Amino acid sequence: MKLYLKIWRQKDASSPGKIVDYTLDGVEGDMSFLEMLDILNEELVSKGEEPVEFDHDCREGICGTCSLQINGEPHGPDRLVTTCQLHMRKFNDGDTIVIEPFRATAFPVIKDLIVDRSAFERIQQAGGYISVNTSGNTVDANSIPINKHDADEAMDAATCIGCGACVAACKNASAMLFTSAKVSQFALLPQGKVEAVERVQNMVRQMDLEGFGNCTNTGACEVECPKGISLTNIARMNREYLSATLKG
Amino acid sequence: MSGLIKSSLARKYVMALSGLFLVIFLILHVTINLASVFSPDFFNEASHFMGYNPLVQFIMQPILIVGVIVHFVMGFVLEIQNKKARSISYVKYKGSANAPWVSRNMIYSGLVILAFLALHFYDFWVHEITYKYVEASPENPTRYYFETVEKFAPFWRTILYVVSFGLLGLHLWHGFASSLQSMGANNKYTVGFKKFAKIFAVVVPLAFAFIALYHHFNPIIH
Ligand code: SF4
Ligand code: FES
Repeated sequence: MKLYLKIWRQKDASSPGKIVDYTLDGVEGDMSFLEMLDILNEELVSKGEEPVEFDHDCREGICGTCSLQINGEPHGPDRLVTTCQLHMRKFNDGDTIVIEPFRATAFPVIKDLIVDRSAFERIQQAGGYISVNTSGNTVDANSIPINKHDADEAMDAATCIGCGACVAACKNASAMLFTSAKVSQFALLPQGKVEAVERVQNMVRQMDLEGFGNCTNTGACEVECPKGISLTNIARMNREYLSATLKG
Repeated sequence: MSGLIKSSLARKYVMALSGLFLVIFLILHVTINLASVFSPDFFNEASHFMGYNPLVQFIMQPILIVGVIVHFVMGFVLEIQNKKARSISYVKYKGSANAPWVSRNMIYSGLVILAFLALHFYDFWVHEITYKYVEASPENPTRYYFETVEKFAPFWRTILYVVSFGLLGLHLWHGFASSLQSMGANNKYTVGFKKFAKIFAVVVPLAFAFIALYHHFNPIIH
């Protein structure tokens, strides 16, 4: 199929960017979206032009490195998939596809379609961990009995790959879904209870410091999240934060 | 506690709680208004009580005004911050793909309601203050029904009220139902609450609109 691509090109963080038009022929339905961009880049390189920079690593939906706002939606029009898993058969011959970086003040563009998502790492570092003794007398995690329901919910929250699509989709560029998933995966487990109060406070504080917007419960994040992280995690974080603050 | 005021989550709680408070006020308001349709005498009595009871006048009314101000000032603050959180906008942003229109446009439905409140205050509150304190007119417990009917005589005012109630419905449709989520509740019990909130968002504005239309058309028919 033949596609008309409108791609955001930006030389570096400080240069202004713009949309550049490309026409790409010979795209097949079985290709992934990133393979389609690979082909475009091969053409560009052979013509002596600069290839389009984009983020990717595993290309199988587990690392959270790929991003891209595709026709106005993060990870494109398909549900529960990352951009690397998005197939070109979701598009039709002659389609125009607008490809932009994830937009948030807290995710500045580094080059073309690549954004700096280290704000997520700093939120994680602020409290997304548990303290475990590793000096030889480590207790096996499985020796602590955990209610099946809690274990399942914690596991669901832990499947967040930190891609940032929730922020990209949100009209407020809020990072609540990501942060709440990272709070929830520990809040539900006995190992996480010890640092629960400081964890939620510190992670929310860091989230605010990074300049993400405020959640207004539109639910766009949940719809666009490639891992199906649920809004119940945000409610849990709201609850955890309220009780942590009231406790002291 | 001071951290609570500065944090994004605290602002979320404030929006939800002030909103819930205003919902309770709406229930009271619509109940008294409905009386004007079914029993003008009861409506006069209730209005007189609300207008002259010191507890209502000097405690409840100021609390209500503070509630309204907190809700809309916080709404504006959030809107400004949220705009700042995406300083460069998308060339193409498909908001309709993942969130309902009402949830994305609370600021606009809110602005219309705010403009309506200005008119409503001018119509009824300013009138009351003038009557009671400026003109220092004597108490008259039977004037309210006729004053209300008179207000809805002009068609333009009736239409403005009805349109505003429509926007109030949209605002409540998202706001009321999502308030428990903001306060941290999202489980099998909140499903029922959400249904109730959606029904409320339809029924209450419809009742307000019906009352306005009733007082406009009733004198014309009779
Ligand atoms: S919550 Fe979903 S959309 Fe957000 S970072 Fe995690 S996986 Fe990505
Ligand atoms: S490249 Fe790893 S999730 Fe897409």
